Amino acid sequence: MTFGSTGYDIAHLLGGGILLLSFVLLYQRRLDAVINAFAVQGGLLAAAAAWQAHLQSEPGLYVTALLAFGAKALLIPLALRLLLRRLGLHRTVETALGIGPSLLAAAALVGLAVMVVLPVTAGQAQALTRENLALALSVVLLGMLMMIARRNAISQVIGLLSLENGLVLAAIGVQGMPLVVELSTAALVLMLALVAGIVVFLLRDRMATLDTGLLDRQRGEGPP
Amino acid sequence: MAQPPAAPFCRPARASILGGSDPLRSPAVLTALILTLAGLGLLALLAVPMARAPRVWIGDSAGPWAGLVVHGGCLLAAAVMAGCGLAVLGGAAVAPQPLPIGVTALVAVDALSAWFLVLLGLAAACSALFGLAHARDAAPRLLVAYPLFLAGMLLALIAADGFVLVLGFEAMSIASWVLVAADHQSPEARHAARRYLAFAVFSGICLVPAIGLLAASSGDLSFAAIRTAPPQGFVAAAVLALVVAGAGAKAGLVPLHGWLPLAHPAAPSHVSALMSGAMTKVAIYVLARLLLDLSGPAQPLWWGVPLLVLGAASAVLGALRANLETDTKTLLACSTIENVGLICIGLGLAACFRAADLGVLAGLAAGAALLHALNHALFKSLLFLGLGEVARGAASRQLDRLGGLIHAMPWTAGAVLVGAAAAASLPPLSGFASEWLLIQAMLAAWRVGDLAFQVLGVAVVAAAALAAALAAAAMVRLFGLVFLGRPRTPRAAGAVEGRGAARLALLLPAGLTLLFGLLPGPLLALAEGAVQLLVPHGMVERGSLAMIRVGDGGARIMPLAIALLLAVAGALVWWLVRRRAPAGVARAAAWDCGFMAPPQHLPFGDPVTQPSAAGFGQPLRRMLGGSLLAAHESVTMPAPGDPGPARVESGFADPSERWLLAPLARLRDALAARAEALRDLPLTATLMLPFGTLVALLALAAWLEAG
Repeated sequence: MTFGSTGYDIAHLLGGGILLLSFVLLYQRRLDAVINAFAVQGGLLAAAAAWQAHLQSEPGLYVTALLAFGAKALLIPLALRLLLRRLGLHRTVETALGIGPSLLAAAALVGLAVMVVLPVTAGQAQALTRENLALALSVVLLGMLMMIARRNAISQVIGLLSLENGLVLAAIGVQGMPLVVELSTAALVLMLALVAGIVVFLLRDRMATLDTGLLDRQRGEGPP
Repeated sequence: MAQPPAAPFCRPARASILGGSDPLRSPAVLTALILTLAGLGLLALLAVPMARAPRVWIGDSAGPWAGLVVHGGCLLAAAVMAGCGLAVLGGAAVAPQPLPIGVTALVAVDALSAWFLVLLGLAAACSALFGLAHARDAAPRLLVAYPLFLAGMLLALIAADGFVLVLGFEAMSIASWVLVAADHQSPEARHAARRYLAFAVFSGICLVPAIGLLAASSGDLSFAAIRTAPPQGFVAAAVLALVVAGAGAKAGLVPLHGWLPLAHPAAPSHVSALMSGAMTKVAIYVLARLLLDLSGPAQPLWWGVPLLVLGAASAVLGALRANLETDTKTLLACSTIENVGLICIGLGLAACFRAADLGVLAGLAAGAALLHALNHALFKSLLFLGLGEVARGAASRQLDRLGGLIHAMPWTAGAVLVGAAAAASLPPLSGFASEWLLIQAMLAAWRVGDLAFQVLGVAVVAAAALAAALAAAAMVRLFGLVFLGRPRTPRAAGAVEGRGAARLALLLPAGLTLLFGLLPGPLLALAEGAVQLLVPHGMVERGSLAMIRVGDGGARIMPLAIALLLAVAGALVWWLVRRRAPAGVARAAAWDCGFMAPPQHLPFGDPVTQPSAAGFGQPLRRMLGGSLLAAHESVTMPAPGDPGPARVESGFADPSERWLLAPLARLRDALAARAEALRDLPLTATLMLPFGTLVALLALAAWLEAG
């Protein structure tokens, strides 16, 4: 399956859409917009998984698609919105790195991912898998970048979850990957998100802020 | 008939007959060695249960019982190793075979391995005998480590691929670390063990990439594959540097000798004997195997120069330090540094002569190095065991607390005298034969056409001659202060000597030292296969029972005739003395040089009226110590009217401490302080650290693919 066939084009389109939404996540200035973008990314991921299930004729991937849609597109965004409302947050995002520089860095990271993945897999895998891997690695790197470039705890949690989206994207693109690997990865990251949510609550309770930059002063070691 | 043309004296016919007529022989040797390995492992496993459990069953003799079993088993294993080594030296090499452990691991025994197997077997037999005699003292964890130490050395020697070689080498390092840390209550022993471990880890860090580089061009770790694709260019230079650093640190070559003078006194005596006699030789085996055998004969002239230079530096520094140390075992450790230096000079010369197409001389140098390795293993084991016996009998290792022991411990004194004379390279003992051959090889260094190499050869031969003289002085000092004169402490006066196995453990290496000194010709003939491996086109010395002729020159040595001459001269002197001596011997108190009579509590005289260890070493310390060892002396006089004593303080510092180890320690502290700062990073920087690392690695991968 190469460039020009419908299966390839649609898979590529969905993967590209996920990557595009990673960029969108990076330049949003308001928290509810970030959550919206994340929900759309989850929906696209579910669509990509379903499409791969159709292409590879693997019914297991439909389960993945269903889970991704339920968790990433519906439940987690809803929970985050509830959180925002209950905490009554002022909804702008504090950035550690400006919007412009973070977008430049993101473009460089995508270039790096393509340069690494395409030559490594040359002649070894299908074109579909190769492109998919490059896209997935880009999404992972952008997720990490988002965790670094934002100081708000909720944005950092969303960065982590979007990183996990990249992992799932890589997993569904490779033929023969057992379902249990995807499920356990997803479970692991959801647990992390849960812990991060609790931390967010505690932060809000104790310190009346979600700016993780303030944590450094509270570590209780070193000079005050 | 396709016989190798370049081996005029290696009896190819006999070798092929033995190897061909007895096809079962080769597997039998290897099977015996693998069973020995398994047996040693079993002994290590059973040591602690044996040492603990039977207290209930057989009462108080439980401790010695476990010690007896372990050391007896090790004695048996040593006998098997020596026997297998001799069988292979007399017969044909054993082809590589896989170890039955599931992963690809080849073992084999060729002539070089067999030579070192004989060496290891003999040294381990002496050490195990001594351990057998003093089994009551052995702590259970030492009983675990001792067989493992032997097994590690055995595995390193019979390895036929890089994996097994490193496995055995590291097992040897770790097991001997446990033995060095035997007395872990004392801070000095803990310091010694820490430093020993650091050097052992350093060896591993160097050897693993060296073997990786060697195997890189053929893509196979087995020795046979490495031989077909020897390293070239800067890869070869890197292999040389890594192997010299890695194996040299284990052997005790000069900038990396810092662990020897600390670790040997910390370990029990029979372990020190094994470490000094056998373990440094295993490191030398690795040097010879990797640099001379596996790297191929087509290496350039400078291939042997690092070994030559470092060997000469080790010889001089070790011998000089041996003249200044006051602890007997530290002194012997420094003497080991000297001898390892001499052996490395021999190997380096062999490499250089081989590169210059001087096959005869290369064979001479390699044969001399192998012979000296064997001889040193025996006489150094003998000296460590003898002084271990002294440390048990007289309860001290300090030269200033011993003295006059020749009366209380005559057997030990006799054996140590043989060992010390061999270490001082006196004829007709073994040290003389091999050092004479080494010096002959060095004197021929001018035959290499390169002027710079000729100058280096002159410097090396001067250094080796200086080292030999210094070693003789050190041995005179050792024997004189420990065994002659009067006891310096009451404990030394009441020393008692071991019997039975302890005495046998001294007599066996002493007898072999004497025998090997008389028979260097047959030994060289036995070593021929090993020399052929190191120097493929080298011709071996035409040695016979009565005489060895060196190279194509006129120098020759007749050890039996020398011994006969010495015996006749000695008998003549004895006869003359007996004849001229008055009848009846009168014993009187020794003259105390006019000092006042000793106080009542010192019935053997005041120790300060005898030469002290520092005093005996003072001339050499003043002559050579100032520049080489930063020796210093200061006299503090009390002010007029002050009744306090005047003080003379003197000491020295090893240059490696100041120029290598101290800067390294400072670097380590600085790095640790830097790393400490990582704990205070803010959250963003903490996230940034793995992210930056990941991106850098990806960029590296992309760059490597593009390049």
